[in-house]
Amino acid sequence: MIEFDLDRGSGVSTYLQLVHQVKQALRLGTLRPGDQLPTAREVVESLAINPNTVLKAYRELEREGLVEGRPGMGTFVRQGVAGPTLAEHTRLRRTLEAWVREARAAGLDQEDLRALFAVVLADAAKEGAA
Amino acid sequence: MTPALEATGLGVRYRRTWALRDCSLAVPAGRVAALVGPNGAGKTTLMHAAVGLLRPARGSVRVAGEAAFVAQDKPLYDSFTVAEMLAFGRRMNRRWDGDAAAGRLGALGIPLDRKVSGLSGGQQAQVAVTLALAVRPDLLVLDEPLANLDPLARHDVMRSIMAEVAERELTVLLSSHVVSDLEETCDWLVVLNGGRLQVSGDIEELLDGHRVLTGPDGASAAGVRVVSASRTGRQVSMLVRGACPPDPRWRARRPGLEELVMGYLRSPESAALPDLTGVGA
Repeated sequence: MIEFDLDRGSGVSTYLQLVHQVKQALRLGTLRPGDQLPTAREVVESLAINPNTVLKAYRELEREGLVEGRPGMGTFVRQGVAGPTLAEHTRLRRTLEAWVREARAAGLDQEDLRALFAVVLADAAKEGAA
Repeated sequence: MTPALEATGLGVRYRRTWALRDCSLAVPAGRVAALVGPNGAGKTTLMHAAVGLLRPARGSVRVAGEAAFVAQDKPLYDSFTVAEMLAFGRRMNRRWDGDAAAGRLGALGIPLDRKVSGLSGGQQAQVAVTLALAVRPDLLVLDEPLANLDPLARHDVMRSIMAEVAERELTVLLSSHVVSDLEETCDWLVVLNGGRLQVSGDIEELLDGHRVLTGPDGASAAGVRVVSASRTGRQVSMLVRGACPPDPRWRARRPGLEELVMGYLRSPESAALPDLTGVGA
């Protein structure tokens, strides 16, 4: 089960925050195929947000093929979603952790790490596009 | 689709003064509409006209189904217990869901044998909202429901209203002059200013359809619909509706709800109103 929280004042619209949090939970494996998302009422009762916002986020996730609504039952994570990524996840995370330790030992601080990671990520995206 | 609330050419006059004039709007069913504007803008007048507490001098206002109204000074009797308020509500209304009301108050931990005067401000607001919801209204109209409440009580009141909206097709119209209270909860915006309607529309569409531009004094804004503009030194900042100007010196971004509201309130002559024919869609 996923519990949403909001970063009010982040400038990111509420419905997008919900969408991102579901995707993040899928990546991290806290949400798995077959898991049910909280009902609109449950989300609304904890966050005091408009129920249409929750429904909009769930529609978006459904449109992207990540979840499916089952009439009268709720919204569920679809089978097959995030499967291969999830298997690789633990291994990649270990490699990244080792890299972070190495960078710290070399004297890089939190900001340096973020900047370096962002640059590499942007370069990789460029290469992919070329 | 029939709008939950529809006003056509609505005008309300107190003696010689027009509190509201030429107001035409339609709020679709199932929406949570924020009614904002400065003091004296006509917010309470519009709500009173909507629930039939006053007769318009011009035009008409129509609600699809039953409306329930919670006035700003929470209309409860101090010497009554909560249970007596519920019994009173049952006798005053044809439609009355007493079980749901008692269940709601129980879930909120409000003791039925407590006198109204012994409840906190937040609890009194919850009781007033519960009584209004017990009528099973199609439209719930709340005049400043969050005024005088602490942040926690505000959150709790909005949570229970939102839960009711999630449960069934309920349309809500609520007024406030604290726009930040409404950002997460409302999906429809109505702006009144000096008795005139300035804005009525879907909040996401309104925010998508406007831009905040900043640029140097002298950058060309030809052909742009400027809602309001301000100048500091050599920099100009504007709220515009629709497309951005081609001049590359402008930096553009999507406005926040508060910026949008303030932009319109600063320029009472600007308006963002849909064609009434397109509203129900």
